[in-house]
Amino acid sequence: MRDIAIVSFAQSPILRDAGAQNEVELIMPVVSAALNAAGLEDVQGVDFTCSGSCDYLQGASFAFVAGVDALGAVPPIKESHVEMDAAWALYESYLKIKAGQADSALIYGFAKSSPGDLPFVLSQQLDPYYYAPLWADSVSLAAMQARAGIDSGEFTAEQMAEVVQASRSNAKNNENTQLKGDYSVEQLLAEPEYIAPLRKHDCPPVSDGASAMVICTVEKAKEWGLPYAVISGIEHRIESHNFGARDLAVSESVVLAAEKAGVSQGPIDIAEIHAPFSHQELIVKKALGLDDTTKVNLSGGPLAGNLMMCAGLDRIGEVAMRIIKGEAKRGVAHATSGPCLQHNMVTVLEAS
Amino acid sequence: MSEEKEMITGMEAPMYLTYNFTAGGATTRFLAELRNGKLVGQECPKCQHVYIPPRGSCAACGVPTVREVELTNKATVQSFTIVYIPIPNNPIKPPYVIANLMADGAHQSFLHLISDVDNADVRIGMRVEAIWKAEEEWTHAMENIQYFRPLDEPDMPIDEIGRLKNA
Repeated sequence: MRDIAIVSFAQSPILRDAGAQNEVELIMPVVSAALNAAGLEDVQGVDFTCSGSCDYLQGASFAFVAGVDALGAVPPIKESHVEMDAAWALYESYLKIKAGQADSALIYGFAKSSPGDLPFVLSQQLDPYYYAPLWADSVSLAAMQARAGIDSGEFTAEQMAEVVQASRSNAKNNENTQLKGDYSVEQLLAEPEYIAPLRKHDCPPVSDGASAMVICTVEKAKEWGLPYAVISGIEHRIESHNFGARDLAVSESVVLAAEKAGVSQGPIDIAEIHAPFSHQELIVKKALGLDDTTKVNLSGGPLAGNLMMCAGLDRIGEVAMRIIKGEAKRGVAHATSGPCLQHNMVTVLEAS
Repeated sequence: MSEEKEMITGMEAPMYLTYNFTAGGATTRFLAELRNGKLVGQECPKCQHVYIPPRGSCAACGVPTVREVELTNKATVQSFTIVYIPIPNNPIKPPYVIANLMADGAHQSFLHLISDVDNADVRIGMRVEAIWKAEEEWTHAMENIQYFRPLDEPDMPIDEIGRLKNA
């Protein structure tokens, strides 16, 4: 089977509110930046394009189709879409290339989350019979998960605050992030609870923006003369939509995906974890089997800026770019979809 | 609970989500001109196609459409439908004609009404002009144009509708 490489990644500034800009206007700059960084003039330079977005965020059916206006799709291109994080658009593209139907692909994800009431918009992604009619919002569900974890002794409120502290501190080195700065654990714990046991800083900010990436076969990357990071393992697993049927304090699907992706087959220098809520980073880190030798979320992670439908792709892009820059030899990127870490993808990336 | 219950076969689960819609930077510029009674398209710097209403990008080339091009009130019927079925709350009484219209100088059509003509006489290639509402009624909407009506001009050959002059 042919090996697949990530050759470029571009991310827009992560904004609380992109104002008058529409989705196409958010996508165009990152798509051209990712293509140009791969030495490509336009989208005709790749064999396949796949995007990730969610129509509920725009409140319009088939809104993702309009996103194609940002590409320049004449002559017609081969194109697909996933109604979820663009990390899964990467997965589809990966399979397409593995199957020999393409040698290269452009992947992009986008969301303007600011126009709606995000936690309630996301509640419409729940199972439509039992949970969506209850208007169970994403923050309340995460709070329920945090409670399960604290009560079962999996983690503490102090550890959650440490995650926030590290995220905001690391984010100082990332020009695109939204929330950054120096905070002490004491200072964070002194904040009032928001939806108990979560404090506001345990929750991700609402963010607008887009990201794009170019992947290809290793042979193609060499032909293009580009430095690259190799995807040595990628796997995703999903758990029941029924919260009552899951142990929310742990993540079985991350454990399985990590095993299949080969996380433990070598030291992991860096990890990017797509944990929108602080306690979820603790759950995923443990499920990935990472110890303190691995640097986690050097970018600041989703707590510092959470681009819906590309925060997962962002994690993969962050790890790939650090490997390409020579800052790490082997890294793991995690992406999640659905409430309370329902669906998880683990990608292992290595230097060439 | 020994009593047999009837099977539940349906339930109501209404969804109400509120959004603050923004048209986008490019469309905002278009709507602002419409408020002034002007039809203004945006031109692709690469292929010179003019989009109206513009969404900010050339869908063919994937680049921003920055340059604005003011269009006249003249247009050509690219395709049309005669609507016989009434739409609830729509004040227009069927049968009426809704058409894809290609404004002169534009390369992308928009939908609008055709009136002041027998429906049976509407045809592809027919030349039409915009009839605007009174100035005090203008808002940021295509409804500033009441309808399009026929012009006393020869039909445009189908091959020429919306084509670049020198392409």
